[in-house]
Amino acid sequence: MYLASVAASEGAGWPEKLPLLPHPAEMIVGVIAFAVLYWMYSTKVVPNMEKLYAQRAAAIEGGMKQAEEAQAQAQAALDSYNAQLKEARGEAARIREEARTQGTAIVEEMRGQAQAEAARITDSAHRQIEAERATAATSLRGEVGRLSTDLASKIVGESLHDEVRQKGIVERFLAELESGAITPEKVDR
Amino acid sequence: MSLTVISAQLLTSLVAEGDGSTFETPGTSDFWWPLFGGDSNWAFTRPSAVMLLTVVVLGWFFVSTSRRLALVPSKRQWLAEQTYDFVRNTIARDVIGTKDFKRFLPLLFTLFTLILLNNVAGIIPFIQYPTTSRIAFPIVLTLIVYITYHAVAIKAKGGVGKYLGSMIPPGLPGWLKPIMFVLELLTYFFVRPLTLALRLFGNMMAGHLMLLVFIIGGEYLLLHGSAPLKGAGVLSFGFSILMTAFELLIEFLQAFIFTMLTALYLADAVSEHH
Repeated sequence: MYLASVAASEGAGWPEKLPLLPHPAEMIVGVIAFAVLYWMYSTKVVPNMEKLYAQRAAAIEGGMKQAEEAQAQAQAALDSYNAQLKEARGEAARIREEARTQGTAIVEEMRGQAQAEAARITDSAHRQIEAERATAATSLRGEVGRLSTDLASKIVGESLHDEVRQKGIVERFLAELESGAITPEKVDR
Repeated sequence: MSLTVISAQLLTSLVAEGDGSTFETPGTSDFWWPLFGGDSNWAFTRPSAVMLLTVVVLGWFFVSTSRRLALVPSKRQWLAEQTYDFVRNTIARDVIGTKDFKRFLPLLFTLFTLILLNNVAGIIPFIQYPTTSRIAFPIVLTLIVYITYHAVAIKAKGGVGKYLGSMIPPGLPGWLKPIMFVLELLTYFFVRPLTLALRLFGNMMAGHLMLLVFIIGGEYLLLHGSAPLKGAGVLSFGFSILMTAFELLIEFLQAFIFTMLTALYLADAVSEHH
């Protein structure tokens, strides 16, 4: 019964035709639909999208290049910093060395000066002592002469002062004493 | 056809004690839906309207999005880009190769988006009609692919003769050559377009028919069946929801397979040997 009804309805136009038969109007619509969409995609969407891809690739590559450059700059900075540090270390060492030698020189010089000063002071002291000794000797000699003559004149009774002065007896005696011609005898007390 | 008739008989006999209304089995005739022009060859059908609508939607979405592209994408641009990226890199570039894929991008992108949206139209509320279940559309798209890959191959291989010659794989023993040639010829000129069109059409039609059976059958059981059959009707509705989710997967897969195979055929056409 059903089979019969199905068979009877066949051939009544599109609804009952085989589903594998393409409908002409739908095919035309399909072609138009594809053509319109293809046209829109090929003229607008795909070129724009590809442009974006290219831009993005460029941006990424640019970023990488920038990073590389930055790294190179950092490396260069590090190198120059290291070089400067090395230079500075060398400089410091040199300055230290210089200072040390200078210090030694200064100490040496100061020591020399001090020695010279000491020598000078010692020298002048010697000279002063010598002068004072000479003065003392001279005055002592005068005193001794005077005391001797006083003593002698007291002993002799007569004032020998003038005669002594005239004849230079005391002088001669002292000179003989100094030259060693006369050795003073030890006097016991 | 006979299968649906048998199931209809079964169903009718089961609910015969109902209120007497007969069950209209969903069949291939349900896919015929003219809007203007009656049943003529030039009638403007509902799938035609859906097809044109999808072109408008796709064109509007992708053209307006691609007009103002930013290096850092918005949500909408992200969606457009992901779709484009899928076709461009996963399908075109990986299959055809970096040398030739760019000139086929408009074709592949058109095929993928058009088929995908027309498939998904089958489960979009209020449209609920997979346009590609009308064989006219798969045939048109297949014809375009068919003409394209043959034209590309003839150009790439330097003439029709060389193209036919390239169908004999090198290094075969002499007696095998004619057999291989016939097989390859059948593949290139007959099997490929036939399978390409029928696979898409068959999947979409069968899937939609199944949804129809579950929904219409469920409705019938619920409205006209006896108490236990009403339960079966609820089950049927539940199943239709499950099948809708499943359909979405099939719809995407079919669009992917169609585009992927097109890319494969094009890759074959631009390759230098065989």
